[in-house]
Amino acid sequence: MTTTLPAYDEVVARFEPVIGLETHVELGTNTKMFCGCPTDFGGAPNTRVCPVCLGLPGSLPVANKAAIEATIRIGLALNCSIAEWCRFARKNYFYPDMPKNFQISQYDEPLCVDGYLDVEVNGETVRIGIERVHLEEDTGKTLHVGGATGRIHGATESLVDYNRAGIPLVEIVTKPVTGTGALAPEVARAYVTELRDVIRSLGVSDVRMEEGSLRCDVNTSLNLPGEEWGTRTETKNVNSLRSVERAVRSEMIRQASVLDAGGRITQETRHFHEDTGDTTPGRSKETATDYRYFPEPDLVPLAPDPTWVAELKAALPELPRLHRRRLQEQWGLSDLDMQSVLNAGAVELIEATVAAGATPAAARKWWLGELSRRANEAGVELADVGATPSQVAELQSLVDAGKLNDKLARTVLEGVVGGEGTPTEIMTNRNLEVVSDTGALTAAVDEAIAANPDIADKVRGGKTAAAGALVGAVMKTTRGQADAKTVRELILERLGVQG
Amino acid sequence: MSNDLTRLTAAELAGLVSKGEASAVEVTQAHLDRITAVDDRVHAFLHVDTAGALAAARAVDERRAAGEKLGPLAGVPVAVKDVLTTKGVPTTVGSKILEGWRPPYDSTIVQRLRDAGTVMLGKTNMDEFAMGSSTEYSAYGTTHNPWDLSRIPGGSGGGSAAALAAYEAPLAIGSDTGGSIRQPGAVTGTVGAKPTYGGTSRYGLVAFSSSLDTPGPCARTVLDAALLHEAIGGHDPRDSTSIPAPVPDVVAAAKLGATGDLTGVKLGVVREFAGEGAEPGVTAAFRDAVDTLTKLGAEIVEVSCPHFKYALPAYYLIAPSECSSNLARFDGVRFGLRVGDDGNRSLEEVMSLTREAGFGPEVKRRIMIGTYALSSGYYDAYYGQAQKVRTLITRDFTAAFEQVDALISPTTPFVAFPIGARTSDPYQMYLADLFTIPTNLYGGPGISVPCGLSEGLPVGLQIMAPTMADDRMYRVAAALESAVGTFTPPAL
Amino acid sequence: MAAISREEVAHLARLSRLAVTEEELDTFAGQLDVILQAVAQVGEVAAADIPPTSHSVPLTNVLREDVVTPCLTPEEALSGAPDAEEQRFRVPRILDEDVAS
Repeated sequence: MTTTLPAYDEVVARFEPVIGLETHVELGTNTKMFCGCPTDFGGAPNTRVCPVCLGLPGSLPVANKAAIEATIRIGLALNCSIAEWCRFARKNYFYPDMPKNFQISQYDEPLCVDGYLDVEVNGETVRIGIERVHLEEDTGKTLHVGGATGRIHGATESLVDYNRAGIPLVEIVTKPVTGTGALAPEVARAYVTELRDVIRSLGVSDVRMEEGSLRCDVNTSLNLPGEEWGTRTETKNVNSLRSVERAVRSEMIRQASVLDAGGRITQETRHFHEDTGDTTPGRSKETATDYRYFPEPDLVPLAPDPTWVAELKAALPELPRLHRRRLQEQWGLSDLDMQSVLNAGAVELIEATVAAGATPAAARKWWLGELSRRANEAGVELADVGATPSQVAELQSLVDAGKLNDKLARTVLEGVVGGEGTPTEIMTNRNLEVVSDTGALTAAVDEAIAANPDIADKVRGGKTAAAGALVGAVMKTTRGQADAKTVRELILERLGVQG
Repeated sequence: MSNDLTRLTAAELAGLVSKGEASAVEVTQAHLDRITAVDDRVHAFLHVDTAGALAAARAVDERRAAGEKLGPLAGVPVAVKDVLTTKGVPTTVGSKILEGWRPPYDSTIVQRLRDAGTVMLGKTNMDEFAMGSSTEYSAYGTTHNPWDLSRIPGGSGGGSAAALAAYEAPLAIGSDTGGSIRQPGAVTGTVGAKPTYGGTSRYGLVAFSSSLDTPGPCARTVLDAALLHEAIGGHDPRDSTSIPAPVPDVVAAAKLGATGDLTGVKLGVVREFAGEGAEPGVTAAFRDAVDTLTKLGAEIVEVSCPHFKYALPAYYLIAPSECSSNLARFDGVRFGLRVGDDGNRSLEEVMSLTREAGFGPEVKRRIMIGTYALSSGYYDAYYGQAQKVRTLITRDFTAAFEQVDALISPTTPFVAFPIGARTSDPYQMYLADLFTIPTNLYGGPGISVPCGLSEGLPVGLQIMAPTMADDRMYRVAAALESAVGTFTPPAL
Repeated sequence: MAAISREEVAHLARLSRLAVTEEELDTFAGQLDVILQAVAQVGEVAAADIPPTSHSVPLTNVLREDVVTPCLTPEEALSGAPDAEEQRFRVPRILDEDVAS
């Protein structure tokens, strides 16, 4: 297509977007949804399979209690009502990565309905309605062989691995999100980010988009102000937070260009391409399969005991948004400072460091400073940098006790990251403790004064700032192992000047 | 007691083995020899596992020699309908689409048979995917009724019933979705019991209609059926629809019934079945059975089940709907047949060619009926409405069982018909299950026990009981058996 | 009037992944028509207020603990496969890219 696309500002000046998000989350249960095969990642092909998840004739599903519980907890965290009675249903369609050629899912009786999630965009709170949260099973993985690109087009054959087939998958569907205007792409991103944090806080999934344990489909439509909603498209294959935002933006621009040219939007599935940021059409919904849903006869209904649901609700952790707000207050941070903590992924680390005894300021200093720098250099997540919150707290306690100065502490931290042991062990083993023997220190001070009579005179004459040069000299002879403050006091004392 | 081991009951055979009067190997070999002698004419078996059977028999003999206490069916041969998976032993469900498939796992029923020390002789013939009432829809040829080899042995479990009637096995396993245990029992003069749905595990039973399929025992006597029922029944955590309760004491009930006293038992005759076109000979044999039961002390009353007339149409919507989904997995990807993979055709084409070549006409008809009934726009009028009718039929049963202990009827409207008589009109074949289907929709137990002959061919009496009251039907069946005896077909 | 047309039968066959022949279409159209007219009798029952029954067992919440059980070996898993490569199930090229999930 060679038509010039309109600018985004023009699009939002004339059209109102409606978005909707369908998010799939792979649960981190030990076993699959309907059989006892392990869910661990990365096994050799077809080594995590049994008659049930291979769909062998005669096999039958039995639902995983932990998966039901996790889904109810997600529903509760998203302020949903939990169904008193619901069922699984079969969604029938043929595809080789689906062993039974139907997917066990939920249709008109989902486990959780009608909730919401508040997200913050530019300091404003936007309430995203949650239509439903339901449970289903994941598919296997298909490897396309023989094509140039490894994609389905041009492939001569495909190879299927069913290790992933049957892993519990929670689908979270929003209500249509209206009235967000130009912010729609950012709202979409903020929603997925917040959802990810909520689910992570529940400990029910590792929610990693790059590994596919969090997957997102984005529905987008445009309408003129005051008119009915437009025809929507569903963009699949959106595999990062950044892509969520880009996919909405790019689809808004594309639809506006079609509408501007007098065309109509086709209700269809589109695929997002990470490299170009564009979407391309997939199957048209008008020729879509009739899934012939019906209640799964191999499973009996679910009727969560209200007492159990109430217990699960009472035991929910504080949700990330409230938790963050409380921490920000406790730590006395500005919005901007809090944002940098969030961006660095350091909230939990700082929190744990404070819990281990450090002050919020000290904890933030280490995690956002030295450790962030090292994580960046190593190209790893801050949490994987090699230091634990308790080690950082211990390091700070050594500083507070005057056993380490700032420079020594950084050396010790290097040892911690390198796996040499605890800060105390490294300090002892490497003989890095601050020199506190006043006899040795007095000798070093006297030596420095003798070697720098001019500076000593200036200090005696009242220019106490000049003492810094003498401190530096002492630090040099003690190989940095003296406490600079103590050294300075000692110099002034020896020169008979009040500090 | 006969010298011919194949003429003995399972209870008798187990007695001989446990007392050391016959070895399990002798018992097994006698049945294998009988199979060799007659099965080319009967064609009850699709696969005979000679080596496996003899090995299992030797293991029983060794356990006995070692002084181990044997179970009540140890050393007794059993034939298994080819609908149940058997690890390493071919399982075809009577279909070309599974030709040569050797499952990597045992069904729960087969596992329990092994645990009980029974000896599996092999796998028996059936209508493809258990869809049929004559075994004529088997992809591997029709089974012949030992009473008259030109007639059908019933279906879908005609192979299991014929194996019993031909003395090829003293016990057999069947599965009953709409009558596939009871109807073959009736037309071969043997006993077939459909347990309460959920009373026997479906794990490893290749599904036809998940909400109706029920595996169960087949035998030549009521006591043998009860012993087999006890061995295979009970809760299975691998089947979500399995009832977590003990098996009703069917063996004690069969023994109680064998005393011939039904004093205090109230039985209901379903009024709506009277006008439903049973053959005169069947109706006559049923009336005789009612008289016999009365003489044994039972009180007989008529009850009304007004919605039973809708059972057949409801069944032929529910079962095909579930089947259309259950059979989707037969696509030539993970197991079984693949046709047309020439390196050029797409997966979609190969799947369609595979299913076209692998399924017989009756299976295709039901898949398409089911696909139709579940389609959006038709769901409410067909599948949805059929499920409501199912509720009404269940209510009819519940109301009836407030008045009587069990219901009785002929098992089938007609005796064994000649091979080929009903294949041209599929719906005529469906009528064979007219009296058995309501029980499947309700989920309760039903048994067919021989009650007489019509023109030299067996007629069965069906006894239907409330869910989880399987013992009641065994008591009534054993009482009738004590009065009318068992029926022996002419020599083959 | 026929309950079902030959074209509808052809559509059902496609949905069911059955490559039926022209001759079969003729036969099936007639047979399915008879069957559908017969089963349509369920429509005679006034059942507007009647709840549907999908299960005859009065069970709910049949759940399994989240405990790993043994898997098949890859050899067992692939033992019945018509075709396999690289320990995976091999299938011919796939036309339809779209998958629901």
